[in-house]
Amino acid sequence: MNALPLWAALLVSALLITAGLVTLIGSLGLLRLQTFRERMHAPTMGMTLGAFCVALSATVVASLLQQRPIFHEWLICLFLILTSPVTAILLMQSARQRRNRPGKDS
Amino acid sequence: MSAFLLYWAAALALLCFTLGLACAAIRLLRGPSAEDRILALDTMYINGMLILLVLGLRFEAGLYFDVALLIALFGFVGSAALAKFLLRGEVIEP
Repeated sequence: MNALPLWAALLVSALLITAGLVTLIGSLGLLRLQTFRERMHAPTMGMTLGAFCVALSATVVASLLQQRPIFHEWLICLFLILTSPVTAILLMQSARQRRNRPGKDS
Repeated sequence: MSAFLLYWAAALALLCFTLGLACAAIRLLRGPSAEDRILALDTMYINGMLILLVLGLRFEAGLYFDVALLIALFGFVGSAALAKFLLRGEVIEP
């Protein structure tokens, strides 16, 4: 860790703090918003911006320490981009269908 | 200087992720509908995966990345299967 130049340390620290705060805001939104349709939107902040900032900082640190480009953290980001809309669509369909079902109001 | 900065930035990020995990756990226990609980599980696995990524960055160990990738894979499978179960009543349709 001591081998990093100062600009890289500043960049990585800013990225990590941004990721932490954004993910915390998303999770607080999950806790505090009122209806399910509002709560649906809050954790997606952590899934996109939080994961991207962490992956970018890990890429910067690993590439500078080993002196060759390393990209394997972006696999997780690619996977999250591909899969999080599937879960969101299934959950929203399920919420709509179960709310419209007679006799069971959630 | 740079090691100091990185140490405290990683500590703050870990604190934020842990608080987010706690928020999602409260929603998981309290959530009025079943969809809320699945959404809280989704948030919990994302937060745990981010914690593991930051730990791997801080200790410079490559093993954390594999664990985070596995959590991302199986977390998606789990929450998609639970949502499908709520939607249809069965996970794998004949």
